[in-house]
Amino acid sequence: MKKVRYILEFPPETSGKPLTYHLVKDYDLKVNILRGVITAGKEGKLLIELEADEENIDRGIRFLEEQGVTLKPLSQQISVDEDRCVHCGACTAVCFSGALSLDRSQWKLVFDPEKCVACELCVGACPLQLINVAFNSGI
Amino acid sequence: MGVKKTYEEINERIKKGEAVVVTAEEIIPMVEEQGVKEVARKVDVVTTGTFGPMCSSGAFFNFGHSDPPIKMAKIWLNDVPAYGGIAAVDAYLGATELSERNGEPYGGAHVIEDLVRGKKVHLKAYGKRTDCYPNKEVEGYIDLESINEAILFNPRNAYQNYAAATNSTDRTLYTYMGVLLPKFGNVTYSTSGQLSPLLNDPEYRTIGVGTPIFFGGARGYVAWYGTQHKSRVERNELGVPVGAAGTLSLIGNLKEMDPEYLRAAVFHRYGVSLFVGVGIPIPILDEEMVRFTSVRDRDIYTVLLDYGVPSRNRPVIAKVNYEELKSGEIRVNGRRIPTAPLSSMYKAREIAQKLKEWIQRGEFLLTPPVEPLPKDKTVNPLTFREEG
Repeated sequence: MKKVRYILEFPPETSGKPLTYHLVKDYDLKVNILRGVITAGKEGKLLIELEADEENIDRGIRFLEEQGVTLKPLSQQISVDEDRCVHCGACTAVCFSGALSLDRSQWKLVFDPEKCVACELCVGACPLQLINVAFNSGI
Repeated sequence: MGVKKTYEEINERIKKGEAVVVTAEEIIPMVEEQGVKEVARKVDVVTTGTFGPMCSSGAFFNFGHSDPPIKMAKIWLNDVPAYGGIAAVDAYLGATELSERNGEPYGGAHVIEDLVRGKKVHLKAYGKRTDCYPNKEVEGYIDLESINEAILFNPRNAYQNYAAATNSTDRTLYTYMGVLLPKFGNVTYSTSGQLSPLLNDPEYRTIGVGTPIFFGGARGYVAWYGTQHKSRVERNELGVPVGAAGTLSLIGNLKEMDPEYLRAAVFHRYGVSLFVGVGIPIPILDEEMVRFTSVRDRDIYTVLLDYGVPSRNRPVIAKVNYEELKSGEIRVNGRRIPTAPLSSMYKAREIAQKLKEWIQRGEFLLTPPVEPLPKDKTVNPLTFREEG
């Protein structure tokens, strides 16, 4: 079993289709919708977690791409500039999903993109403005 | 007869490269294993460190005279106003002052960091024409090398303990203590705890006016006690204050500083501040100093305040120690609340380590305070007097 998080971008013409239904029914994927921004008549974005064996995930992704959906792995949509980070920990105060945490022996910031739900609270919480999450951009 | 050492004896050992220097964290297990007396005999100096956002910071500049000369009255550095109400080409730039240009948050702290990084900064100044200062306006780029003096002079740094913050209301609060989530969603705190300078000399026996320090990566000094210095406070049996207490006013040469230990900070919907790296060496003069410097996070308590109450007297929700706060979670009235620091322990350790190396290499000697910090000072609220 594999777990992956993707940001899905829907062009306006696909926003009426029951894509999640097909992912579950046809490809046997466990779909967890973590965040969504869908505006009628415009493009939409969805943050989902897919859980299944690798082959089914690949087939599900191909299906979505055939429907005109753009998929971007979440980990590539978030950046933490670790070189400039001072490890103060302010971002961990708002990270309820636990993606940002402090390693309590070294007191260094640890970022686990697989726990991120792209809530973007950390973007404003970082005093050095080192965190970037490309979720809301373009909507 | 207990162990007694003088500053002179310790400095002799530093000069010979023989001084035993440990950090305020390293001394803790030493005392647990060897006892106070043995450690007092062995150790000469304990180094401390802290790296947190300190709003009461800023720099004095002397830009040099233009030809014809100008008495600068209104001054901007990268569009951030600096105070020019002192002599002709002197100015003070506060860390929290904001740029007058709209756009991304940028303030005095950023100008200071940019200068320390060696960047050029745009200076614009207006003045009233006088017989001795005929010029009315100058504009151009300066950098740290081109100007005469750049002195970091922070009226209040290195708070000896500070209240932790939480939020009882149902909306998110954006504060200088970071983003406080609604309904006790989180707790923030700001200290390096057992590594923090004034928590290791709780009664100000060795830290006072004139004490040489690590300041923004350079050698600096304690200039005075800090503003809002509050020494008459509740203390535990080790003399450690519970909640905000003593403060320090610090001074040093900005030209020698290192951007690794001086960083501009933006607190969303609050404003700009400056992360300042401070480290202070503490001489082990006797066994009492060993007891002071071996203080542990679990011995240091602070109060948890509700920032949801818009009052000077915010209610105390709980008393907690830093071992609990640093664990990542505290329990308040049976409820678990996640905690997060604002002050970097990682950097604090780096600073204590660096200061330790300076002393071990014989480059940094200790000085007894020229004058002690006040031990019985309270803080007044704003009090308006009757007119006339």
